[in-house]
Amino acid sequence: MGRLSVDLCGITLDNPVIPASGTFGFGYEFAELYDINVLGTFSFKGTTKDPRFGNPTPRIAECNAGMINAVGLQNPGVEKVISEELPKLKKCFDKKVMANVSGFAVEDYAYTCEKLDKEEQVGWLEVNVSCPNVHGGGMSFGTNPEAAAEVTAAVKKVTAKPVIIKLSPNVTDIVAIAKACEDAGADGISLINTLLGMRIDLKTKKPVIANKMGGFSGSAIFPVAVRMVYQVANAVNIPVVGMGGVSSAEDVIELMLAGATAVEVGAANLIDPYACRDIINDLPRVMDKYGINNLSDIIGGVK
Amino acid sequence: MKQSIFKIIENTQLTATVFKMKLQGDVSEITSPGQFVNIKLQGLFLRRPISVCDSENGILTLIYKVVGKGTEQMSEMTEGEELDVLTGLGNGYNTALSGEKPVLLGGGVGVPPLYMLAKKLIAEGKKVTVILGFNTKEEIFCEEDFKALGADVIVSTADGSYGVKGFVTDALKDVDYTYFYTCGPEPMLKALYKATSTSGQFSFEERMGCGFGACMGCSCKTITGYKRICKDGPVLEKEEILWAD
Repeated sequence: MGRLSVDLCGITLDNPVIPASGTFGFGYEFAELYDINVLGTFSFKGTTKDPRFGNPTPRIAECNAGMINAVGLQNPGVEKVISEELPKLKKCFDKKVMANVSGFAVEDYAYTCEKLDKEEQVGWLEVNVSCPNVHGGGMSFGTNPEAAAEVTAAVKKVTAKPVIIKLSPNVTDIVAIAKACEDAGADGISLINTLLGMRIDLKTKKPVIANKMGGFSGSAIFPVAVRMVYQVANAVNIPVVGMGGVSSAEDVIELMLAGATAVEVGAANLIDPYACRDIINDLPRVMDKYGINNLSDIIGGVK
Repeated sequence: MKQSIFKIIENTQLTATVFKMKLQGDVSEITSPGQFVNIKLQGLFLRRPISVCDSENGILTLIYKVVGKGTEQMSEMTEGEELDVLTGLGNGYNTALSGEKPVLLGGGVGVPPLYMLAKKLIAEGKKVTVILGFNTKEEIFCEEDFKALGADVIVSTADGSYGVKGFVTDALKDVDYTYFYTCGPEPMLKALYKATSTSGQFSFEERMGCGFGACMGCSCKTITGYKRICKDGPVLEKEEILWAD
Protein backbone atom coordinates (compact mmCIF):
# COMPACT_ATOMS: atom_id res chain seq x y z
CA MET A 1 0.00 0.00 0.00
CA GLY A 2 1.41 3.35 -1.02
CA ARG A 3 0.92 6.70 0.66
CA LEU A 4 -2.03 7.52 -1.57
CA SER A 5 -3.85 4.20 -1.47
CA VAL A 6 -7.23 3.65 0.14
CA ASP A 7 -9.60 0.72 0.47
CA LEU A 8 -13.01 1.20 -1.10
CA CYS A 9 -15.46 -1.56 -0.16
CA GLY A 10 -12.73 -4.21 -0.09
CA ILE A 11 -10.95 -3.15 -3.27
CA THR A 12 -7.67 -1.26 -2.97
CA LEU A 13 -7.36 1.96 -4.94
CA ASP A 14 -3.81 3.16 -5.71
CA ASN A 15 -5.12 6.63 -5.00
CA PRO A 16 -8.54 8.05 -4.12
CA VAL A 17 -9.07 10.02 -7.34
CA ILE A 18 -12.00 8.88 -9.50
CA PRO A 19 -13.31 10.73 -12.56
CA ALA A 20 -17.05 11.08 -12.03
CA SER A 21 -19.71 9.56 -14.23
CA GLY A 22 -20.72 11.65 -17.23
CA THR A 23 -17.42 13.50 -17.45
CA PHE A 24 -15.16 10.68 -18.60
CA GLY A 25 -17.23 8.67 -21.10
CA PHE A 26 -16.10 5.05 -21.08
CA GLY A 27 -12.51 6.08 -20.49
CA TYR A 28 -10.92 5.14 -23.80
CA GLU A 29 -11.13 8.64 -25.22
CA PHE A 30 -9.07 9.97 -22.32
CA ALA A 31 -6.65 7.08 -22.80
CA GLU A 32 -5.57 8.79 -26.02
CA LEU A 33 -4.32 11.65 -23.82
CA TYR A 34 -2.66 9.85 -20.93
CA ASP A 35 -2.36 6.44 -19.32
CA ILE A 36 -5.63 6.22 -17.41
CA ASN A 37 -4.19 3.45 -15.26
CA VAL A 38 -2.80 6.24 -13.06
CA LEU A 39 -6.37 6.77 -11.79
CA GLY A 40 -7.76 5.13 -8.67
CA THR A 41 -10.58 4.02 -10.93
CA PHE A 42 -13.29 5.91 -12.82
CA SER A 43 -17.06 5.87 -12.89
CA PHE A 44 -18.30 5.25 -16.40
CA LYS A 45 -21.12 7.03 -18.21
CA GLY A 46 -24.50 6.52 -16.56
CA THR A 47 -25.99 3.39 -18.08
CA THR A 48 -29.67 2.50 -18.36
CA LYS A 49 -31.61 -0.59 -19.42
CA ASP A 50 -32.57 0.89 -22.80
CA PRO A 51 -30.59 3.21 -25.08
CA ARG A 52 -31.29 6.91 -24.49
CA PHE A 53 -30.64 9.99 -26.61
CA GLY A 54 -31.36 12.27 -23.69
CA ASN A 55 -32.63 15.84 -23.78
CA PRO A 56 -32.78 18.29 -26.69
CA THR A 57 -29.96 20.84 -27.04
CA PRO A 58 -28.81 23.28 -25.75
CA ARG A 59 -27.90 21.05 -22.82
CA ILE A 60 -25.17 23.22 -21.29
CA ALA A 61 -25.16 26.61 -19.56
CA GLU A 62 -22.22 28.35 -17.98
CA CYS A 63 -22.30 29.87 -14.48
CA ASN A 64 -19.84 31.67 -12.27
CA ALA A 65 -17.36 28.96 -11.25
CA GLY A 66 -19.57 26.23 -12.62
CA MET A 67 -21.93 24.95 -15.25
CA ILE A 68 -25.40 23.47 -15.64
CA ASN A 69 -26.02 20.39 -17.72
CA ALA A 70 -29.19 18.66 -18.81
CA VAL A 71 -27.74 15.87 -20.94
CA GLY A 72 -30.47 13.49 -19.82
CA LEU A 73 -28.47 10.27 -19.40
CA GLN A 74 -27.56 9.79 -23.03
CA ASN A 75 -26.11 6.28 -23.31
CA PRO A 76 -26.27 3.30 -25.68
CA GLY A 77 -28.07 1.03 -23.18
CA VAL A 78 -26.57 -1.73 -21.05
CA GLU A 79 -26.36 -4.36 -23.83
CA LYS A 80 -24.24 -2.13 -26.04
CA VAL A 81 -22.21 -0.88 -23.09
CA ILE A 82 -21.25 -4.51 -22.45
CA SER A 83 -20.76 -5.54 -26.07
CA GLU A 84 -19.11 -2.37 -27.45
CA GLU A 85 -17.85 0.01 -24.76
CA LEU A 86 -16.34 -2.34 -22.18
CA PRO A 87 -14.20 -4.26 -24.71
CA LYS A 88 -12.69 -0.92 -25.82
CA LEU A 89 -12.04 0.02 -22.21
CA LYS A 90 -10.38 -3.30 -21.46
CA LYS A 91 -7.66 -2.50 -23.99
CA CYS A 92 -6.55 0.63 -22.12
CA PHE A 93 -7.52 0.07 -18.47
CA ASP A 94 -6.23 -2.78 -16.32
CA LYS A 95 -8.10 -1.87 -13.15
CA LYS A 96 -11.62 -2.41 -11.91
CA VAL A 97 -14.06 0.21 -13.17
CA MET A 98 -17.02 1.68 -11.34
CA ALA A 99 -20.25 1.04 -13.27
CA ASN A 100 -22.71 3.91 -12.94
CA VAL A 101 -26.32 2.82 -13.31
CA SER A 102 -29.55 4.78 -13.66
CA GLY A 103 -33.16 3.74 -14.01
CA PHE A 104 -36.71 4.94 -14.11
CA ALA A 105 -38.25 2.00 -12.29
CA VAL A 106 -36.90 -0.34 -9.58
CA GLU A 107 -36.95 -3.24 -12.08
CA ASP A 108 -34.80 -1.22 -14.53
CA TYR A 109 -32.07 -0.77 -11.95
CA ALA A 110 -32.13 -4.46 -11.08
CA TYR A 111 -32.05 -5.47 -14.77
CA THR A 112 -29.06 -3.26 -15.57
CA CYS A 113 -27.13 -4.19 -12.44
CA GLU A 114 -27.69 -7.90 -12.98
CA LYS A 115 -26.17 -7.60 -16.46
CA LEU A 116 -23.20 -5.58 -15.23
CA ASP A 117 -22.63 -7.94 -12.30
CA LYS A 118 -21.38 -10.52 -14.81
CA GLU A 119 -18.67 -8.21 -16.13
CA GLU A 120 -15.31 -9.01 -14.62
CA GLN A 121 -13.93 -5.52 -15.05
CA VAL A 122 -16.74 -3.96 -13.06
CA GLY A 123 -15.54 -3.53 -9.48
CA TRP A 124 -18.37 -1.53 -7.96
CA LEU A 125 -21.89 -0.59 -8.98
CA GLU A 126 -22.60 3.08 -8.40
CA VAL A 127 -26.35 3.46 -8.44
CA ASN A 128 -27.64 6.93 -9.27
CA VAL A 129 -30.98 7.42 -7.52
CA SER A 130 -31.47 11.00 -8.75
CA CYS A 131 -33.65 9.91 -11.69
CA PRO A 132 -37.41 10.38 -11.70
CA ASN A 133 -39.48 7.31 -10.81
CA VAL A 134 -41.96 6.87 -13.65
CA HIS A 135 -44.21 4.73 -11.46
CA GLY A 136 -44.00 7.16 -8.56
CA GLY A 137 -45.35 10.30 -10.18
CA GLY A 138 -41.94 11.28 -11.56
CA MET A 139 -40.47 12.09 -8.18
CA SER A 140 -36.81 11.20 -7.88
CA PHE A 141 -35.99 7.95 -6.03
CA GLY A 142 -33.31 9.83 -4.20
CA THR A 143 -35.63 12.33 -2.52
CA ASN A 144 -37.41 9.71 -0.47
CA PRO A 145 -35.78 7.30 2.04
CA GLU A 146 -38.20 4.45 1.26
CA ALA A 147 -37.76 4.72 -2.52
CA ALA A 148 -33.96 4.94 -2.21
CA ALA A 149 -33.99 1.89 0.09
CA GLU A 150 -36.21 -0.01 -2.33
CA VAL A 151 -33.74 0.54 -5.18
CA THR A 152 -30.82 -0.42 -2.92
CA ALA A 153 -32.47 -3.67 -1.81
CA ALA A 154 -33.45 -4.61 -5.37
CA VAL A 155 -29.93 -4.08 -6.65
CA LYS A 156 -28.29 -5.91 -3.74
CA LYS A 157 -30.37 -8.97 -4.60
CA VAL A 158 -28.88 -9.29 -8.09
CA THR A 159 -25.21 -8.59 -7.47
CA ALA A 160 -22.35 -9.73 -5.30
CA LYS A 161 -20.31 -6.64 -6.16
CA PRO A 162 -20.19 -3.69 -3.77
CA VAL A 163 -23.14 -1.35 -4.29
CA ILE A 164 -22.56 2.36 -3.81
CA ILE A 165 -25.68 4.52 -3.82
CA LYS A 166 -25.14 7.96 -5.38
CA LEU A 167 -27.32 10.52 -3.65
CA SER A 168 -28.90 13.73 -4.82
CA PRO A 169 -28.24 16.85 -2.74
CA ASN A 170 -31.67 18.25 -3.64
CA VAL A 171 -33.29 16.95 -0.45
CA THR A 172 -34.25 18.22 2.98
CA ASP A 173 -32.56 15.50 5.02
CA ILE A 174 -29.64 13.79 3.31
CA VAL A 175 -28.77 11.80 6.45
CA ALA A 176 -32.16 10.05 6.56
CA ILE A 177 -31.76 8.93 2.95
CA ALA A 178 -28.17 7.77 3.44
CA LYS A 179 -29.17 5.77 6.52
CA ALA A 180 -32.11 4.19 4.71
CA CYS A 181 -29.72 3.02 1.98
CA GLU A 182 -27.28 1.66 4.54
CA ASP A 183 -30.08 -0.22 6.29
CA ALA A 184 -31.18 -1.67 2.93
CA GLY A 185 -27.71 -3.13 2.42
CA ALA A 186 -25.71 -0.46 0.59
CA ASP A 187 -21.95 -1.02 0.75
CA GLY A 188 -21.18 2.66 0.26
CA ILE A 189 -22.66 6.09 -0.39
CA SER A 190 -21.44 8.58 -2.98
CA LEU A 191 -22.42 12.22 -3.00
CA ILE A 192 -23.15 14.83 -4.11
CA ASN A 193 -24.83 14.60 -7.47
CA THR A 194 -25.53 17.97 -9.12
CA LEU A 195 -27.67 20.71 -7.59
CA LEU A 196 -30.79 21.62 -9.53
CA GLY A 197 -30.18 24.94 -11.26
CA MET A 198 -31.40 27.22 -14.04
CA ARG A 199 -30.14 30.13 -16.17
CA ILE A 200 -32.07 32.62 -18.29
CA ASP A 201 -30.71 34.34 -21.40
CA LEU A 202 -31.36 38.07 -21.14
CA LYS A 203 -31.30 38.55 -24.92
CA THR A 204 -33.91 35.92 -25.74
CA LYS A 205 -35.62 36.06 -22.33
CA LYS A 206 -35.78 32.28 -22.39
CA PRO A 207 -34.04 29.56 -20.36
CA VAL A 208 -30.53 28.88 -21.70
CA ILE A 209 -31.10 25.11 -21.55
CA ALA A 210 -33.81 23.47 -23.66
CA ASN A 211 -34.87 21.39 -20.66
CA LYS A 212 -35.14 24.68 -18.68
CA MET A 213 -33.47 23.22 -15.58
CA GLY A 214 -30.36 21.13 -15.15
CA GLY A 215 -27.67 19.95 -12.78
CA PHE A 216 -25.33 22.60 -11.40
CA SER A 217 -21.74 21.43 -10.95
CA GLY A 218 -18.25 22.89 -10.78
CA SER A 219 -16.13 24.51 -8.10
CA ALA A 220 -19.02 26.71 -6.94
CA ILE A 221 -20.74 23.70 -5.32
CA PHE A 222 -17.68 22.42 -3.42
CA PRO A 223 -18.70 23.79 0.02
CA VAL A 224 -22.08 22.07 -0.29
CA ALA A 225 -20.26 18.81 -1.02
CA VAL A 226 -18.00 19.20 2.02
CA ARG A 227 -21.00 19.84 4.26
CA MET A 228 -23.05 16.90 2.98
CA VAL A 229 -20.12 14.46 2.97
CA TYR A 230 -19.42 15.49 6.56
CA GLN A 231 -23.06 15.00 7.61
CA VAL A 232 -23.40 11.61 5.93
CA ALA A 233 -19.99 10.24 6.93
CA ASN A 234 -20.78 10.99 10.56
CA ALA A 235 -24.09 9.16 10.36
CA VAL A 236 -23.26 5.92 8.51
CA ASN A 237 -20.76 3.12 9.02
CA ILE A 238 -20.11 2.44 5.33
CA PRO A 239 -17.55 4.24 3.13
CA VAL A 240 -18.51 7.55 1.57
CA VAL A 241 -17.25 8.64 -1.84
CA GLY A 242 -17.20 12.42 -1.92
CA MET A 243 -17.66 14.62 -4.95
CA GLY A 244 -18.94 18.01 -6.03
CA GLY A 245 -16.75 20.76 -7.46
CA VAL A 246 -13.42 19.07 -6.75
CA SER A 247 -10.66 20.58 -8.85
CA SER A 248 -7.41 20.29 -6.88
CA ALA A 249 -5.37 18.03 -4.59
CA GLU A 250 -6.32 20.36 -1.74
CA ASP A 251 -10.01 19.75 -2.46
CA VAL A 252 -9.42 15.97 -2.38
CA ILE A 253 -7.81 16.23 1.04
CA GLU A 254 -10.55 18.53 2.35
CA LEU A 255 -13.29 16.08 1.31
CA MET A 256 -11.36 13.20 2.88
CA LEU A 257 -11.07 15.14 6.12
CA ALA A 258 -14.83 15.62 5.93
CA GLY A 259 -15.22 11.84 5.76
CA ALA A 260 -14.71 10.70 2.16
CA THR A 261 -12.81 7.46 1.58
CA ALA A 262 -12.37 8.32 -2.11
CA VAL A 263 -13.11 11.40 -4.16
CA GLU A 264 -14.72 11.84 -7.55
CA VAL A 265 -13.81 14.65 -9.91
CA GLY A 266 -16.46 15.76 -12.38
CA ALA A 267 -16.76 19.06 -14.20
CA ALA A 268 -13.02 19.75 -13.88
CA ASN A 269 -12.38 17.02 -16.49
CA LEU A 270 -14.42 18.93 -19.02
CA ILE A 271 -12.29 22.06 -18.82
CA ASP A 272 -8.99 20.33 -18.38
CA PRO A 273 -8.87 16.77 -19.72
CA TYR A 274 -5.69 16.17 -17.68
CA ALA A 275 -7.30 17.35 -14.41
CA CYS A 276 -7.34 13.97 -12.62
CA ARG A 277 -3.81 13.03 -13.64
CA ASP A 278 -2.55 16.42 -12.45
CA ILE A 279 -4.42 16.17 -9.13
CA ILE A 280 -2.91 12.73 -8.48
CA ASN A 281 0.59 13.99 -9.31
CA ASP A 282 0.10 16.95 -6.99
CA LEU A 283 -1.22 14.97 -4.00
CA PRO A 284 2.18 14.02 -2.48
CA ARG A 285 3.31 17.67 -2.51
CA VAL A 286 0.12 18.86 -0.78
CA MET A 287 0.29 15.96 1.71
CA ASP A 288 3.85 16.96 2.63
CA LYS A 289 2.81 20.58 3.00
CA TYR A 290 0.14 19.65 5.53
CA GLY A 291 2.09 16.91 7.31
CA ILE A 292 0.02 13.99 6.03
CA ASN A 293 1.87 10.68 5.74
CA ASN A 294 -0.86 8.44 4.40
CA LEU A 295 -4.15 9.55 2.90
CA SER A 296 -5.99 6.68 4.57
CA ASP A 297 -5.10 8.22 7.96
CA ILE A 298 -7.08 11.40 7.37
CA ILE A 299 -10.46 9.95 6.34
CA GLY A 300 -13.08 11.59 8.54
CA GLY A 301 -10.40 13.39 10.54
CA VAL A 302 -12.72 16.28 11.25
CA LYS A 303 -15.25 15.54 13.94
CA MET B 1 -6.07 16.58 -29.19
CA LYS B 2 -3.40 18.55 -27.42
CA GLN B 3 -3.41 21.07 -24.61
CA SER B 4 -0.74 23.73 -24.96
CA ILE B 5 0.09 27.37 -24.45
CA PHE B 6 -0.06 29.74 -27.40
CA LYS B 7 1.35 33.26 -27.57
CA ILE B 8 -0.68 35.99 -29.23
CA ILE B 9 1.31 37.64 -32.00
CA GLU B 10 -1.51 39.68 -33.55
CA ASN B 11 -5.07 40.67 -32.60
CA THR B 12 -6.63 43.09 -35.05
CA GLN B 13 -10.15 44.33 -35.64
CA LEU B 14 -11.61 43.50 -39.06
CA THR B 15 -15.14 44.93 -38.70
CA ALA B 16 -17.20 46.46 -35.89
CA THR B 17 -17.50 43.06 -34.16
CA VAL B 18 -15.07 40.69 -35.90
CA PHE B 19 -11.42 40.24 -34.89
CA LYS B 20 -8.48 38.29 -36.26
CA MET B 21 -6.08 36.71 -33.79
CA LYS B 22 -2.79 35.07 -34.73
CA LEU B 23 -1.18 32.78 -32.21
CA GLN B 24 2.17 31.05 -32.08
CA GLY B 25 2.38 27.52 -30.70
CA ASP B 26 2.17 23.81 -31.36
CA VAL B 27 -0.30 23.31 -34.23
CA SER B 28 0.68 19.68 -34.88
CA GLU B 29 -2.72 18.31 -33.88
CA ILE B 30 -4.60 20.50 -36.37
CA THR B 31 -4.89 18.10 -39.27
CA SER B 32 -7.98 19.15 -41.26
CA PRO B 33 -9.70 22.37 -42.25
CA GLY B 34 -12.97 22.80 -40.34
CA GLN B 35 -11.56 21.70 -36.99
CA PHE B 36 -11.76 23.98 -33.98
CA VAL B 37 -9.82 24.91 -30.86
CA ASN B 38 -11.13 25.38 -27.30
CA ILE B 39 -9.71 28.32 -25.38
CA LYS B 40 -9.47 28.78 -21.61
CA LEU B 41 -10.13 32.34 -20.51
CA GLN B 42 -9.64 34.15 -17.23
CA GLY B 43 -12.59 33.90 -14.85
CA LEU B 44 -14.79 31.86 -17.19
CA PHE B 45 -15.61 28.27 -16.26
CA LEU B 46 -16.01 26.74 -19.71
CA ARG B 47 -13.55 27.01 -22.57
CA ARG B 48 -14.61 28.85 -25.73
CA PRO B 49 -14.72 26.87 -28.99
CA ILE B 50 -13.46 28.85 -32.02
CA SER B 51 -13.06 27.47 -35.53
CA VAL B 52 -9.62 27.38 -37.10
CA CYS B 53 -9.25 29.86 -39.97
CA ASP B 54 -5.71 28.81 -40.79
CA SER B 55 -2.86 26.81 -39.34
CA GLU B 56 0.58 26.79 -40.86
CA ASN B 57 4.23 26.85 -39.72
CA GLY B 58 3.35 27.09 -36.05
CA ILE B 59 0.92 29.96 -36.56
CA LEU B 60 -2.75 29.50 -35.73
CA THR B 61 -5.16 32.07 -37.16
CA LEU B 62 -8.60 32.57 -35.63
CA ILE B 63 -11.27 34.97 -36.84
CA TYR B 64 -13.96 35.45 -34.23
CA LYS B 65 -16.98 37.63 -33.60
CA VAL B 66 -17.55 39.27 -30.24
CA VAL B 67 -20.81 37.74 -29.04
CA GLY B 68 -20.35 37.39 -25.27
CA LYS B 69 -18.00 37.57 -22.31
CA GLY B 70 -15.44 35.13 -23.72
CA THR B 71 -14.96 36.66 -27.14
CA GLU B 72 -15.07 40.13 -25.56
CA GLN B 73 -12.16 39.15 -23.32
CA MET B 74 -10.29 37.79 -26.35
CA SER B 75 -10.82 41.04 -28.25
CA GLU B 76 -9.14 42.98 -25.43
CA MET B 77 -6.01 40.82 -25.36
CA THR B 78 -2.77 42.09 -26.83
CA GLU B 79 0.42 40.84 -28.45
CA GLY B 80 2.61 38.79 -26.15
CA GLU B 81 -0.22 37.53 -23.92
CA GLU B 82 -0.69 33.77 -23.65
CA LEU B 83 -3.69 31.46 -23.97
CA ASP B 84 -4.27 27.86 -22.87
CA VAL B 85 -5.64 26.15 -25.98
CA LEU B 86 -6.92 22.64 -26.75
CA THR B 87 -6.14 21.97 -30.40
CA GLY B 88 -7.10 19.33 -32.92
CA LEU B 89 -10.78 19.15 -32.00
CA GLY B 90 -13.51 17.95 -34.33
CA ASN B 91 -13.44 15.95 -37.55
CA GLY B 92 -13.08 18.76 -40.09
CA TYR B 93 -13.99 18.80 -43.78
CA ASN B 94 -13.14 15.86 -46.02
CA THR B 95 -11.65 17.20 -49.24
CA ALA B 96 -11.56 13.80 -50.96
CA LEU B 97 -15.21 14.11 -51.98
CA SER B 98 -14.99 17.55 -53.61
CA GLY B 99 -14.91 16.68 -57.31
CA GLU B 100 -13.18 19.12 -59.67
CA LYS B 101 -15.27 22.24 -59.02
CA PRO B 102 -16.31 22.54 -55.38
CA VAL B 103 -18.20 25.58 -54.12
CA LEU B 104 -17.65 26.87 -50.58
CA LEU B 105 -20.42 28.89 -48.95
CA GLY B 106 -19.91 30.85 -45.74
CA GLY B 107 -22.26 33.12 -43.83
CA GLY B 108 -20.90 35.75 -41.41
CA VAL B 109 -18.52 34.15 -38.90
CA GLY B 110 -19.09 30.88 -40.75
CA VAL B 111 -16.61 32.22 -43.32
CA PRO B 112 -13.28 31.69 -41.45
CA PRO B 113 -13.05 27.85 -41.49
CA LEU B 114 -13.57 27.92 -45.26
CA TYR B 115 -10.24 29.74 -45.69
CA MET B 116 -8.07 26.78 -44.74
CA LEU B 117 -10.42 24.52 -46.71
CA ALA B 118 -10.09 26.67 -49.87
CA LYS B 119 -6.33 26.67 -49.45
CA LYS B 120 -6.23 22.88 -49.23
CA LEU B 121 -8.59 22.32 -52.17
CA ILE B 122 -6.62 24.73 -54.38
CA ALA B 123 -3.39 22.98 -53.39
CA GLU B 124 -5.06 19.73 -54.48
CA GLY B 125 -5.65 21.28 -57.90
CA LYS B 126 -9.38 21.96 -57.62
CA LYS B 127 -11.19 24.92 -59.19
CA VAL B 128 -12.69 26.56 -56.14
CA THR B 129 -15.58 29.03 -56.02
CA VAL B 130 -16.24 30.78 -52.72
CA ILE B 131 -19.52 32.52 -51.88
CA LEU B 132 -19.35 34.79 -48.85
CA GLY B 133 -22.65 36.01 -47.39
CA PHE B 134 -23.01 39.02 -45.11
CA ASN B 135 -25.85 41.26 -44.01
CA THR B 136 -24.32 44.45 -45.26
CA LYS B 137 -21.16 45.93 -46.84
CA GLU B 138 -19.71 47.03 -43.49
CA GLU B 139 -19.64 43.42 -42.22
CA ILE B 140 -17.56 41.99 -45.05
CA PHE B 141 -14.18 40.45 -44.23
CA CYS B 142 -11.74 37.99 -45.87
CA GLU B 143 -12.82 38.72 -49.47
CA GLU B 144 -9.27 39.67 -50.51
CA ASP B 145 -7.75 36.73 -48.63
CA PHE B 146 -9.77 34.22 -50.63
CA LYS B 147 -8.92 36.06 -53.88
CA ALA B 148 -5.24 35.91 -52.98
CA LEU B 149 -5.52 32.11 -52.71
CA GLY B 150 -6.75 32.02 -56.31
CA ALA B 151 -10.42 31.22 -55.64
CA ASP B 152 -13.32 32.72 -57.61
CA VAL B 153 -15.00 34.88 -55.00
CA ILE B 154 -18.63 36.01 -55.00
CA VAL B 155 -19.94 38.18 -52.18
CA SER B 156 -23.62 38.50 -51.37
CA THR B 157 -25.19 41.01 -49.01
CA ALA B 158 -28.73 40.76 -47.69
CA ASP B 159 -29.31 44.48 -48.15
CA GLY B 160 -27.64 44.63 -51.57
CA SER B 161 -25.04 47.17 -50.45
CA TYR B 162 -22.25 45.09 -52.06
CA GLY B 163 -22.07 42.25 -54.60
CA VAL B 164 -25.08 40.02 -55.25
CA LYS B 165 -28.21 41.24 -53.45
CA GLY B 166 -29.70 38.51 -51.28
CA PHE B 167 -28.39 35.35 -49.64
CA VAL B 168 -25.69 32.85 -50.57
CA THR B 169 -28.42 30.73 -52.13
CA ASP B 170 -29.12 33.56 -54.60
CA ALA B 171 -25.45 33.78 -55.51
CA LEU B 172 -25.26 30.00 -55.93
CA LYS B 173 -27.83 29.98 -58.79
CA ASP B 174 -25.27 30.87 -61.47
CA VAL B 175 -22.45 28.66 -60.20
CA ASP B 176 -21.50 25.36 -61.83
CA TYR B 177 -20.24 23.04 -59.06
CA THR B 178 -19.51 19.39 -58.34
CA TYR B 179 -19.82 19.45 -54.54
CA PHE B 180 -20.34 21.99 -51.76
CA TYR B 181 -18.96 22.82 -48.33
CA THR B 182 -20.66 25.23 -45.98
CA CYS B 183 -20.55 26.88 -42.57
CA GLY B 184 -22.90 29.52 -41.23
CA PRO B 185 -26.07 30.21 -39.27
CA GLU B 186 -28.60 27.37 -39.17
CA PRO B 187 -31.27 29.10 -41.34
CA MET B 188 -28.62 29.42 -44.07
CA LEU B 189 -27.64 25.76 -43.72
CA LYS B 190 -31.27 24.70 -43.98
CA ALA B 191 -31.79 26.85 -47.08
CA LEU B 192 -28.69 25.33 -48.68
CA TYR B 193 -29.82 21.83 -47.84
CA LYS B 194 -32.82 22.48 -50.10
CA ALA B 195 -31.15 24.67 -52.70
CA THR B 196 -28.14 22.49 -53.50
CA SER B 197 -28.21 19.95 -56.29
CA THR B 198 -25.16 17.92 -55.24
CA SER B 199 -23.89 16.24 -52.13
CA GLY B 200 -21.98 18.32 -49.63
CA GLN B 201 -20.73 18.92 -46.09
CA PHE B 202 -22.18 21.19 -43.39
CA SER B 203 -20.38 22.51 -40.35
CA PHE B 204 -22.64 22.88 -37.31
CA GLU B 205 -22.49 24.94 -34.17
CA GLU B 206 -23.78 23.91 -30.74
CA ARG B 207 -23.32 25.01 -27.16
CA MET B 208 -20.58 22.73 -25.84
CA GLY B 209 -19.38 21.58 -22.45
CA CYS B 210 -15.97 20.03 -23.03
CA GLY B 211 -15.42 20.19 -26.80
CA PHE B 212 -13.74 16.78 -26.95
CA GLY B 213 -16.51 14.22 -26.69
CA ALA B 214 -16.69 13.54 -22.97
CA CYS B 215 -19.83 15.27 -21.73
CA MET B 216 -22.47 14.60 -24.41
CA GLY B 217 -23.53 18.24 -24.12
CA CYS B 218 -23.72 18.83 -27.88
CA SER B 219 -25.29 15.63 -29.20
CA CYS B 220 -27.58 15.58 -32.21
CA LYS B 221 -29.60 12.94 -34.01
CA THR B 222 -28.49 11.94 -37.51
CA ILE B 223 -29.60 9.33 -40.00
CA THR B 224 -26.57 7.26 -38.98
CA GLY B 225 -27.23 7.57 -35.23
CA TYR B 226 -26.42 9.96 -32.41
CA LYS B 227 -23.43 12.19 -32.99
CA ARG B 228 -21.51 14.63 -30.84
CA ILE B 229 -21.05 17.90 -32.72
CA CYS B 230 -17.66 18.41 -31.01
CA LYS B 231 -16.16 14.99 -31.67
CA ASP B 232 -18.06 13.25 -34.50
CA GLY B 233 -18.69 16.69 -36.10
CA PRO B 234 -18.78 19.63 -36.42
CA VAL B 235 -18.88 18.61 -40.08
CA LEU B 236 -21.71 16.32 -41.18
CA GLU B 237 -22.45 15.07 -44.66
CA LYS B 238 -25.69 16.16 -46.30
CA GLU B 239 -26.99 12.58 -46.48
CA GLU B 240 -26.80 12.03 -42.71
CA ILE B 241 -28.46 15.23 -41.53
CA LEU B 242 -31.76 15.11 -39.64
CA TRP B 243 -33.05 18.61 -38.96
CA ALA B 244 -34.38 19.04 -35.43
CA ASP B 245 -37.66 20.61 -36.62
